[in-house]
Amino acid sequence: MISDLCKKMFPKSLWLYHTNCGSCNGCDIEVIDVLTPYYDVERFGMKLVGSPRHADALVVAGPVSRQVAPALRRLYEATPNPKVVIAVGACSVGGNIWFDTYNVLGGVDTVIPVSMYIPGCPPRPEAIVYGAALALGLVPKKVAAQKEEHLPEGFDLEAYLKGWEETPIVYPGRI
Amino acid sequence: MFKAKFKEAVICLGAGRVTLPYPFEPVQVPAKFRGKIKFDARKCIGCGGCANVCPPRCIVIEDMGEVSRIMFHLDRCIQCARCFEVCPEDAIWPTDAFETATPDKADLKSEMTLWMATCQRCGRCFEYDNVIDKFASKRWRGRGPGDENKHGSFPTKPPLDFVMPTSLVKESEESL
Repeated sequence: MISDLCKKMFPKSLWLYHTNCGSCNGCDIEVIDVLTPYYDVERFGMKLVGSPRHADALVVAGPVSRQVAPALRRLYEATPNPKVVIAVGACSVGGNIWFDTYNVLGGVDTVIPVSMYIPGCPPRPEAIVYGAALALGLVPKKVAAQKEEHLPEGFDLEAYLKGWEETPIVYPGRI
Repeated sequence: MFKAKFKEAVICLGAGRVTLPYPFEPVQVPAKFRGKIKFDARKCIGCGGCANVCPPRCIVIEDMGEVSRIMFHLDRCIQCARCFEVCPEDAIWPTDAFETATPDKADLKSEMTLWMATCQRCGRCFEYDNVIDKFASKRWRGRGPGDENKHGSFPTKPPLDFVMPTSLVKESEESL
């Protein structure tokens, strides 16, 4: 859906504005690595710009700290529509090891809507290129959630979980 | 100066093409690369070692009597592979998959449901011996009830408000 939208909205090139919202600089280095001749992302028409008002896409790295959250919000509002937000790194996707700390909001999607998640700590440059290509609809999506069960045959899991929710939690033992 | 420029031009011409044809051709990752983790419900014994060592607490175990549910929040996984090192049954391992970009965050939430064996002596499943641990964890291992589940969030996070500090700036200017 995103790729279809991107094809329609950004037929030629995507200009990126790179933001650091409390990142450790690892993801920033990988983003810069993507722009080197080795992983030349400019062949897809992408380039870094110096102002959010020139940008089509925001590349956000880092868990959003409380101090930077209003600034990120303002940055998002300053970017002209239509716009794409790409979250790079485990921090900006899910908060990393700071997901429940008091001064970090844990993820960019707590502040602004995100259209592409690139997890990894930091993600490989190829992973960022893949994410950009996925946003443009050049490659198919590969990741899917893994759901597995190992239960006895004929076990009704839903009925069991319903019954478990209804039973009060009692902690028998030596007190 | 021209000599240096000429030298540079020769070097640039001699370098050839260095750009990798990556998104159109697959790339080989180095050996021992730690990518997205995979697990096997047939091998897992539900000991919770991975949940104990996981630095971002991306592995969370919920004990519900005879059923244990192991949740993997791979959005915050840092791919340290400590779960792979600690697992006694090799039920979890890192793969070569690094192309994990996705527009949907639900693709990064994996889950495993296990039937736990009961103790032959007491007839119950695993429980904490220490009563403080028991009340602190409330059937959760690895981490207490978090914001991703139905039990509400930890009260550690203050509510967020997007009030810009402009009023403070104005006040300080007036005071000056």
